[in-house]
Amino acid sequence: MNNQLIKFLNITGLTWFVPVVRICQGDNPQQQIKALWMAIGIPTFAFIIFLLLWNSVAQQIQTSLGTLPGPVAVWTEVDSLMEDHYAEREKEVAFYERQRARNEKKLTQTPDANVKIRPYTGKPTYLDQIVTSLYTVFSGFFLATLVAVPLGILCGMSRVFNTALNPLIQVFKPVSPLAWLPIVTLIVSALYVSNDDSWFEKSFLTSAITVTLCSLWPTLINTAVGVSSIDQDLINVGKVLRLNYSTQIKKIILPSALPYIFTGMRLSLGVGWMVLIAAEMLAQNPGLGKFVWDEFQNGSSHSLGKIMVAVFTIGIIGFILDRIMHALQNVFSFGKAL
Amino acid sequence: MPGQVGAIDNLEKEELKFGFIKLTDMAPLAIAYEKGYFEDEGLYVQIEAQANWKVLLDRVINGELDGAHMLAGQPLGATIGFGTQAHIITAFSMDLNGNGITVANDIWQQMKQHVPMEGGKPVHPIKASALKPVVDQYKSEGKPFNMGMVFPVSTHNYELRYWLAAGGIKPGYYAPPQDISGQINADALLSVTPPPQMPATLEAGTIYGYCVGEPWNQQAVFKGIGVPVVTDYEIWKDNPEKVFGVSKAWADRYPNTHLAVVKALIRAAMWLDADNNKNRPEAVKILSDSAYVGADYDVIANSMTGTFEYEKGDKRPLPDFNVFFRYNATYPYYSDAIWYLTQMRRWGQINEHKPDSWYMEVAKKVYRPDIYMAAAKELIAEGKAKNSDFPADDESGFKPPQGEFIDGIVYDGSKPNEYLAKFAIGLKGKQRVVDGKVVE
Repeated sequence: MNNQLIKFLNITGLTWFVPVVRICQGDNPQQQIKALWMAIGIPTFAFIIFLLLWNSVAQQIQTSLGTLPGPVAVWTEVDSLMEDHYAEREKEVAFYERQRARNEKKLTQTPDANVKIRPYTGKPTYLDQIVTSLYTVFSGFFLATLVAVPLGILCGMSRVFNTALNPLIQVFKPVSPLAWLPIVTLIVSALYVSNDDSWFEKSFLTSAITVTLCSLWPTLINTAVGVSSIDQDLINVGKVLRLNYSTQIKKIILPSALPYIFTGMRLSLGVGWMVLIAAEMLAQNPGLGKFVWDEFQNGSSHSLGKIMVAVFTIGIIGFILDRIMHALQNVFSFGKAL
Repeated sequence: MPGQVGAIDNLEKEELKFGFIKLTDMAPLAIAYEKGYFEDEGLYVQIEAQANWKVLLDRVINGELDGAHMLAGQPLGATIGFGTQAHIITAFSMDLNGNGITVANDIWQQMKQHVPMEGGKPVHPIKASALKPVVDQYKSEGKPFNMGMVFPVSTHNYELRYWLAAGGIKPGYYAPPQDISGQINADALLSVTPPPQMPATLEAGTIYGYCVGEPWNQQAVFKGIGVPVVTDYEIWKDNPEKVFGVSKAWADRYPNTHLAVVKALIRAAMWLDADNNKNRPEAVKILSDSAYVGADYDVIANSMTGTFEYEKGDKRPLPDFNVFFRYNATYPYYSDAIWYLTQMRRWGQINEHKPDSWYMEVAKKVYRPDIYMAAAKELIAEGKAKNSDFPADDESGFKPPQGEFIDGIVYDGSKPNEYLAKFAIGLKGKQRVVDGKVVE
């Protein structure tokens, strides 16, 4: 039981807690406490030093918006952002209540009137922006995977295809999201006509497609490498058994290349998250990036603190995303470390 | 009231998204939303801050936004095809005044020697002739004198140019389509910076001064990085400022919706100016929300509550700094449109002679008092406004000749070419800018 728990913790990357489990198990406590100190104690200690340093340095930096906020000031901004969120939710309830009353009145006057419940029109709060960003990054990432994995398999299987695609990959891989954005924006505007009932907002599409364009390369390259480095014996077995093409991909190529594919996807998601924030800032598309830009423009005495809250949020979410992908990667690499 | 419900029933579109730039003069939009005036008209409106004036205009043109808080010059510039070509109209003028010109601290120190003083305080209005020696100094040292404004067809561009030219400083010509930098033959080089970034750009030393709307002049005072030397109220008393713009195609498709929007905006403007600005503190509180302007309450309150702080500590009463309704501020006057067109002509954005009739035609194409009056009539019928709140039915759209400009030149909207001929600096008659030179 406990061994399974340890295995689970190792796979999910929550290795910090392994010593705790071992202590409960009764493993040599001294050794485990030492491990615990290494796993949790030292990082915590380092973080506290960072906070102290930040606090003392912040007090000495005078910006035109006041002193640079220290950890405490930033923490109070978290509070005010949460309060803001709850206040907005109350307004939302009132909005729907007013709308319901208006619709009722309309129906009593003209019973066959066409009434509709309109979505709330208030501003998105900080939490709403986080949700928007997450939704956008996953959509972009999903699209990227959908394009990159099949292309990568083709590149890995066919030398001709690989040689043909290689220059394009090399040229497009290093392009910054800020360069893609205007092109994507113009193309989306030209091709996508949105109306009241469209599925997606244009702004969502431009953000998501920009994420796709920037984040598909690691998956594509890793998939290609993974596929091309499959053990020749396995390929030969497939040939001997006269497996057809799709069975070969399903039974031999995909399983062997999966660890590589997941390594690529993990890198892709990391890139995608960074790209998204930049794209949102530049294009003013909803999400955390827009939040940061709006606060920079506001220039109020709370703006700097709020931007710092956003920086930590972006960092922590990026970290969590990486952990999730890391866990998936571990699950699919069948014990092979990559 | 069944009649009222009938009007609401006829709305072609009920869910709308409007754009704005973080400036206090977007107030009518915020107030119409927060006070429920949009909802009263059966409209469900989202209001969204935009990055800069160009993005805002593009989004109105491509339909991402239904309408927006715009620079008065934007619908005119777009309709005649300067910059972007698209037919934009306006039926609602958002405010009078509301801008200022700010210079960096060290420029002010150099200027101050040339400003007449009285009782230890500078005499207002401060003219650009006090800045001229400073600009000349930069010029003789071969250094460019950079200043910022918010958009090529912005009020701010024309106000800054007006002020500079009145003080003998040449702000430079445009020569579209080849040269749209606006710096031909310039003493002071003007370039575009989005409003909320002005203080940061000034602080970085990229520009030495700027013309922008509030609260970004008072912000410079609070931050201690610059000194507002003159307000647009002093450059041209009660000048028209922002408008509410929609594309012509949108207005044709959704006429009842458009009317409902204008009604809500008129009510918001009335609220903003009611009882001697009684509601202004509440308005400032709303505007300081991070979703709207987002600057600190004190910064916004400085100009919105009838005062203006020039040099730090020099706070003077200026009750008409922001006018939203009185003096028929919301009525779209043809003569206001024509003034903007004269300035486009004066600085070469319109690089060829146009007859007076052309100015009238464009004004009538873009400014739509007919829609405004229809909305006003409905408000009067619903008992939400009085007849006397609005111009008379036979309003010609031309204000009587206005003389309260900083240089004393009189503007008569019915004679644009005659008006242009009065300026010492600027294109007039058949003059054109060709290959960087003014030719007849």
